[in-house]
Amino acid sequence: MSQASTSSRLIDIKAGDELPQREFQCGNVQLMLYNAALWNGHRIHFDEPYAKEVEGYPGLVVAGPLLGDWLHQCVEEWLGDDGRIFSIDYSNRVATYADEILISGGVIAEVRGADNEVEIDVFIKNAAGEIVAPGKVLAKFANG
Amino acid sequence: MTGLLSPELLSTIGRTSEPRRELVTRRDIRKYSIATDNRARKYLDGDEAPPMFHVALFWDVVELDQLSPDGVSIDTLLPKFPLEKAMAGGLNIEYHKGIFPGDWLTSTRTLTDIYEKQGRSGSLIFYEVVMDVVNDLGELVIREKTTRILR
Repeated sequence: MSQASTSSRLIDIKAGDELPQREFQCGNVQLMLYNAALWNGHRIHFDEPYAKEVEGYPGLVVAGPLLGDWLHQCVEEWLGDDGRIFSIDYSNRVATYADEILISGGVIAEVRGADNEVEIDVFIKNAAGEIVAPGKVLAKFANG
Repeated sequence: MTGLLSPELLSTIGRTSEPRRELVTRRDIRKYSIATDNRARKYLDGDEAPPMFHVALFWDVVELDQLSPDGVSIDTLLPKFPLEKAMAGGLNIEYHKGIFPGDWLTSTRTLTDIYEKQGRSGSLIFYEVVMDVVNDLGELVIREKTTRILR
């Protein structure tokens, strides 16, 4: 798209704006495929008797970096082709489990028009509304 | 002064891993994108790697006998810490260049810091590992800093 349209996109964004939320539910097949794609053999992610009986978890544990990936997707789907993620800072605070319903979202924290940048507070929350993975993303828009 | 951190332990700050060079393939991008529930066509088709693909590309590929009974690989960059129970950690990632099929990327990990803090229920040890990913021209593609907390 033209520079003018990118510029107007940024002008319309203000602190407090919310990004669209998205629901995720990682089943055991997806969880296995994710960890296989990494070569992550940690049994808490695929061996349910082990996760429950030995480690004391209520179910298979969703791998922490998968939640980090969803934080990126939340921002990228909102950015479309207008910009890109320059950096992210996030942490995994609360364990989540296979089949749990999780929601990604974000709120614009700051718009820096001169630099074509926005700072976004992002989160994954669980069904109880607890933030399980908070983060901050710096996104840069392609053109002024 | 620190209580838990011996001079020997602190002397491991600055330790660096052997560089690892890996080839980015369309197939690996597709597998990663599908497994993460990505909805962008360019990633599902493997035309470009999504953010965090480097996590899969540079996860340690160890042999079966190098895994502990719980299936975890031992991180040889880290010294033996006096606290071992891992708590939640954080990740900071900077994206400097896109990643595409056919790219050869090299990662180097450095143990950049170890420090101690007092938590509500006793001492905590923090450590930081920085992974730099560069292309064959030596240009920085990704810088990732992991912070982990032990109690």
